[in-house]
This record gives sequence, structure tokens and C-alpha cells, in this order.
Amino acid sequence: MNRARSSRLNTVAAHAALLAWTAIALFPVFVILINSFKTRRAIFAEPLSLPSEASFSMVGYRTVMAQGDFLLYFQNSLIVTVGSLAFTLLFGAMAAFALSEYRFRGNMLLGLYLALGIMIPIRIGTVAILELMVQTGLVNTLFALILVYTAQGLPLAVFILSEFMRQVSDDLKNAGRIDGMSEYAIFVRLVLPLVRPAMATVAVFNMIPIWNDLWFPLILAPGEATKTLTLGSQVFIGQFVTDWNAVLSALSLAILPALVLYVLFSRQLIRGITSGAVK
Amino acid sequence: MTALSLENISKSFGDVQVLRNIDLVVEPEEFVVFVGPSGCGKSTLLRVIAGLEDASAGTVRIGGRDVTRTPPAKRGIAMVFQSYALYPHLDVEGNMALGLKQAGESRAVIAERIATAARMLSLEPYLKRRPSELSGGQRQRVAIGRAIVRKPDLFLFDEPLSNLDAALRMATRVEIARIHRELGTAMIYVTHDQTEAMTLANRIVILRDGRIEQVGSPMALYNDPDNLFVAGFLGAPSMNFLPAGRLGAPGATVGIRPEHLRLATEGPLAGTITHVERLGADTNLLVTLGSGETLTVRLFGQHPQQVGDAVALAFDAASAYSFDAEGQRIRF
Repeated sequence: MNRARSSRLNTVAAHAALLAWTAIALFPVFVILINSFKTRRAIFAEPLSLPSEASFSMVGYRTVMAQGDFLLYFQNSLIVTVGSLAFTLLFGAMAAFALSEYRFRGNMLLGLYLALGIMIPIRIGTVAILELMVQTGLVNTLFALILVYTAQGLPLAVFILSEFMRQVSDDLKNAGRIDGMSEYAIFVRLVLPLVRPAMATVAVFNMIPIWNDLWFPLILAPGEATKTLTLGSQVFIGQFVTDWNAVLSALSLAILPALVLYVLFSRQLIRGITSGAVK
Repeated sequence: MTALSLENISKSFGDVQVLRNIDLVVEPEEFVVFVGPSGCGKSTLLRVIAGLEDASAGTVRIGGRDVTRTPPAKRGIAMVFQSYALYPHLDVEGNMALGLKQAGESRAVIAERIATAARMLSLEPYLKRRPSELSGGQRQRVAIGRAIVRKPDLFLFDEPLSNLDAALRMATRVEIARIHRELGTAMIYVTHDQTEAMTLANRIVILRDGRIEQVGSPMALYNDPDNLFVAGFLGAPSMNFLPAGRLGAPGATVGIRPEHLRLATEGPLAGTITHVERLGADTNLLVTLGSGETLTVRLFGQHPQQVGDAVALAFDAASAYSFDAEGQRIRF
């Protein structure tokens, strides 16, 4: 930072605010993590203390590994999340390209119609979706979840990506046309790399809700073979007794893949922002 | 065989007619500049020639072939854009090679053409750099190089110098003129800058409201304009116009170029100097007449006049232009 424009006081205040915010944001994660390594008694007696020699216990993780097929749940969650994101980005980007690039009758109306989904929650249509899945025989398949999440993510994806694609220079696309690139090549090789930061934004926005969702897995794919991680963890939460060790251990494990995906996408996000800053 | 011929080209966007019945023939090796105020349709006309826009009516022929329905890549053209439009993810070599690769040229041909273009434009040290690592002038040279390697029948330039600073603009202008001499290929160049138009063109096409106002060599247009618009558009500072009645001349308007006015002890035009521009080689005076009109006088060399001085202006009747009420030139 430029020394002439920064005072020590400002720097300290800014860092203090950022550190405080980081602490607040990380606190729940921290509590989950430390308690997942403690005995049940210690969790309730001193929920904020670190696991000591007396209170340390891996019982939660043992329960999680023993009960149910957690590796399979992990895999299911990963397939659903990555699959949904891939479809959302692919179809969202294609629709956004058509809307932003071509002049045709009803372009504006079609754009508004696609954006309408941002305001109407997809869960309103749960009953109809379930009927549809029953009729098409897709109940208890991961594909059902991928379809629903793709539909859920598309409105925002189209909205954000079409805004960004409008900013891609017309001259660049025309240069591609004169050089003999097809419309598909222009889309894949010129436009997509330039809207990568926007794609990362859409991916991050969509990923967390899909990973954490309980509603659709419970309704559309509750079978043992298709359980997602969030749904799988629910077996430990009973009406009267909850196995907190197991719940906390399952949650701790569930954070990991989401964290990895987030780091991957956010690196793209940051790279995109900084590459745009310097012309 | 002509390089380009346009027959009765019209273009409208919805209800707005942008181009009206354009007819034009460009000969091989000719450098033609489209010039006009913004919104006159010059860029749209270029895009119609390139095939980036479809003409609503009319025929485009390039090198004798009817290309009205041909996609841009197969028209035998190359285009240089105002914003350079380089592919950001490819290096200089990749930018120049892409069009040739798409056309299925062999590796050897591509390498040879890139080498030739790079030598012509002194781009050899930069072949492995990305566009983001180049300066504005270098980027524009790459864009020109990308056009050269295609060996087109016709070059199209869309305001290629507008993003460059004044010194670089002059240098690149000279470079474009040199490339035209070396390649001998027909070029069409769109600009709103009359200096570029006057210095580069074999022929200038002046457009207004989607119509061709006049076509001719730069000096023909400057010395012999057909109408008030062309007379006022070319020349900096632009031509002075006075109601003909004030000078007892025929027609509705009289036009006098600033350099054809001179200071006199007494003359038909008397007024006060309201502004002086000293440019070293020239001195421009703004003189407000008693009747309220302001005239520009261009004097060669350096002159001592000050704001507030009373002056009289004189001119030769032979160097004045007369226009009728519709703005058309009256020739005697």
C-alpha cells in the first residue's frame, strides 16, 4: 500500500475490523470442529473448551463410519453438486449468449421470463415436481436431483452471465467471424474465457445451497443408495434423542469437500477480478 | 476487375433507415476513405461490406464475385478494428495464425506469412507476447498484421487510429500508407478525422445521413465541393459562410476558406478580433463582424494582432464559393 495515503491508525482499525469479522464467521465452524472430538458429557458440560486428554473421544467419527455408508453419501453429494453446477453453467451460458448476442423478436421478453425464476422459489412446485419424477420414473435417482437443481440455478445464471456477456466487445466477436470461427467456436473460445469470473460467481452462489439442501433429497431421493450427505446425517437427529457426537462429526466431514470446491472457484474469481483491473 | 462494387445498397434497422441507395466502385490498388459525421452510416456501410451486417437491399461484389450472401470469412476481406479486437488468450503469433488455421493453410505457409508480416511491422521481438503485454501502438500493429497474413482482396479499416495518441497516430498513418504502397491491395478506411482522410485517400467518399454526398480525390473535394455540407466538412478551420446578400453576390450563401481571407486597410468586411490562436506556423484569428457573424481568418506565419483590434477583411471573388438556397453549389 502507498505509504503517503495510509496512516497507522487506519491500518490498525481496518485490520481489527477484518479480524473481528473473521473470528465471528469462523466461530461456529470452530465450535463444531472441537466438539466433534469430545465425549458427549464434555460437549454439554463445557461446549467452548478444547478437547483435553480426559474429554477427547473419537466416538462420533466411529459412529459415523459404522452407521450407514458415509462414503457413498459423500459421493452422492459430490455427483449431485458437480453435475448440477456443470449443467447450470453450460445451459446458463448458452442461453445467456443467445440472449446477449442475437437480435430476435421476443428477446427481451424471453430474458425477463427466464429471470422470473429468481423471484419464485422452486419449492413451491415441489408436489408437481414429485409427480413428474414419479411419472418419469426418476424418483430415487441422483439425476432427479441434478435436474431440479439445474432448474433452480438457471435463472440467476442466465441473468448474471447475460449481463457479463453484453460487455464482451462486439469487435472481438466480429474479428472471430472474419477469421472464420463458427458461432460455437466464438462462444467457447472467445466469450467463455472472458466471462470466467462471472462463471465462478454463479458456481459459488449455487454450490453451497445445493450441497446443504435437505428438502429435495428427502422428497425425491430418500433411498439408501441415493442419500446425500445432509440427508444421511439426519439419522443421528431423533425426535427425542440426538447423537450429537455423530452429528458434529458428520458435519465436520461435510465441510471439507465444500471448502475445497470453494477454494477452487474463488481462485478463479480473484484471478478474474485482478486481470480485469490492469488493462 | 474491380476490387469492390456496391449496387444500390440500403440498410435499415427497424424503421430507421441507415443507408440509402449507395452505389460505389473501388478499383484495385485504390485507397478509399469513408468520412462523415458520427451517425452518418459509414461504419454500418463497412460492416455491410464485411458481411457482419446484411444489407436490406442491394448487391455487394468483391473482386467481381457476388458476395451478398457469403459469410465474412469467405469474402476475401480482412478487417482492422478500432478497439484492436485481439484475442486476449493468444500470443501475437497465435492471433495472426488463427484465421489461416481456420482456413486450413499448411503450417509452413502460416509460418512464412507470419514472418513476412512481422518483418513488415517490426513485430519480430513480440511474437510470443500476449496482447496484454503490448502497448496500444503495438497492439494496433498486431491487428494490422493479422489482416495482412490473410492476403485479402480488400482491407477494411474501422477507425483504426482513434484509440492512439497524436504522435502515434501520425506514425501509424504513415505506416498504413507504406503498407498500402507495398501490398498494392485495395483498402477501405473509415474515419471521422479529416486529416486521416485527406492524407491517406486516393478517393474520399463523404457520407451524410446514409447518403453519399460526394466522391472524389481529396484535392478535388477541397477545391471543388458540390454542396454546402462537403464545403463545410473538409478543411480545418472550416469554411466561413455568409449570406450572399451581404456581399451583393448571387445565390443564397457565400463560402470563403479561412486562408483566402486577408487583412486589409479597408474592405467590405469590418469587425473586431475576438480570439487569436497562435500555432507557430499559422495564426488563426476569429473576427466578429459588425453584423454579428464570426469569421475565421488563417494567416500563414506569425502575426502581432491582439484581441480587441479592429480589422477589415478582403478576399478575391474568384476564391469564393456560391451556394443556392438548397445548399447546392452554383458554378459559373
